[in-house]
Amino acid sequence: MMEKTIEVKDLKISYRTMEPVKIKNLLKGGKRTSVEQAVKGISFDIHKGEIVGIIGQNGSGKSTTLRCLAGIISPDSGTVNLFGNSVSLLAIGVGFQKELTGRVNIMLSGLLMGFSEKEILSKMDEIIAFSELGKYIDKPVSSYSSGMHSRLAFAITAMLDTQILLIDEILSVGDARFKKKSKNKMQELIMDKDRTVIMISHSTETLRSMCDRIIWLHQGEILKIGKTNEILEEYDKFMTSGIK
Amino acid sequence: MYLKRFFKDLTKYKKYLVCATKATLKSEVTGSYLAWLWWIIEPFCFMLIYTFISEVVFKRSTSYASIFVFLGLTVWDFFNKNISASAGLLKSNKGIVTKIYLPKYLMLLKLMMVNGFKMLISLGISFLLIFFYRVPLSWHIIEAVPCLAMLLIITFGVGCVFMHFGVYIEDLSKIIRIALRLVFYLTGVFYDITDSIKGAYGELLLKINPVAVAMDGCRKALIYSTSPNWLMIGIWSAVGILLSIWGIVIVYKNENNYGKIL
Repeated sequence: MMEKTIEVKDLKISYRTMEPVKIKNLLKGGKRTSVEQAVKGISFDIHKGEIVGIIGQNGSGKSTTLRCLAGIISPDSGTVNLFGNSVSLLAIGVGFQKELTGRVNIMLSGLLMGFSEKEILSKMDEIIAFSELGKYIDKPVSSYSSGMHSRLAFAITAMLDTQILLIDEILSVGDARFKKKSKNKMQELIMDKDRTVIMISHSTETLRSMCDRIIWLHQGEILKIGKTNEILEEYDKFMTSGIK
Repeated sequence: MYLKRFFKDLTKYKKYLVCATKATLKSEVTGSYLAWLWWIIEPFCFMLIYTFISEVVFKRSTSYASIFVFLGLTVWDFFNKNISASAGLLKSNKGIVTKIYLPKYLMLLKLMMVNGFKMLISLGISFLLIFFYRVPLSWHIIEAVPCLAMLLIITFGVGCVFMHFGVYIEDLSKIIRIALRLVFYLTGVFYDITDSIKGAYGELLLKINPVAVAMDGCRKALIYSTSPNWLMIGIWSAVGILLSIWGIVIVYKNENNYGKIL
């Protein structure tokens, strides 16, 4: 029996969106709030070490589900059980203060992502080495080229690993050489047998090469869930017929 | 439930709060020639300007006018800087709000800690002025602490509420800016309210405006060796606590919506 890492039960997420109020519209009255059901009661289990892909058209609830699993947004009803595992949604360069040095930004970004000071310090040298910034790590981020900035941001995200990794489109940054290096690092992170990964991608090729299972979301509901090749074949057919 | 979560989150993120506050303070002066000296130079210059306006232009005869004005500015600046930024706080931190989970009131707390640090420097300058002008000090100076605590609670409560509604009401920041200008002139930053507005109106102004209550209390405790208006400090502290609880609850309740709207 495989160990469960994520258990999602009857997850419902709706956004109560309020139209931004402008003074001139206040007098007109009328309803300014609307409820949009983004995820309509989905359930699934994911086991330790699994790599699961989520596919679906735009607006099918993929990113919402991922953000809910990451704890950025909370569900209206239903439950998400991560069994005490740490989770992170891969986000690049969050909370950077450009006037400060790369080293300070590693600490700041790491703390913001929920890691302890000790954990960040233990990974500091590895992050600096991976980013290939050398002496520039003690210079302000504002003096970096866009490539250097991306390298630092990626290095922080890729090194501060968690037991559950959520990826909204695979990232590769920098020049051609670093792009390859970052892509390899991503693959290394994803393929780690102890890590559970859920990833969204519009590239069926990427999903086919990496995922064990696929969840197909359609208008906030699970249309199909199953083995990668079977689901992707049906999805490709669906998308092609949809375009026709 | 939300209050328990509030204190739990506060413990979890305290290291981030301290680190982010230091980083923001550092980034404000990085690259400038005088660096951290600006934290002292700026309030000191404002003190000179307002003293000049108060004593020379308006010929006010308030005793210890420089310290009087400087304390007023110290209290006002803290409230003004936090409240004027509160409505746009989540929008200006969109990159964080929509990418990772972070209790949203931490943005306000970070801002308050940055401005609180500057307020502490200004208070330090106030003490230098107090020694310079040989103001007689008494045990009353400790009574400034509850006045400042009330100011902190009110600022957090009002800031939290504005931070929430600022996401939905586009014009809120502009309305707040105008309202703050009115409150500034009614708070008596560089004049004595009871001297300038005689009778019941002056007394009323010193009661209905929590910033004026805190400011008046600090001046009484630090300059005039008398006690603040404890009744009003108590009432406004209670109002501040209720506002803070309401603010924390609405921010927690709506935090899953901010990401969609911003």
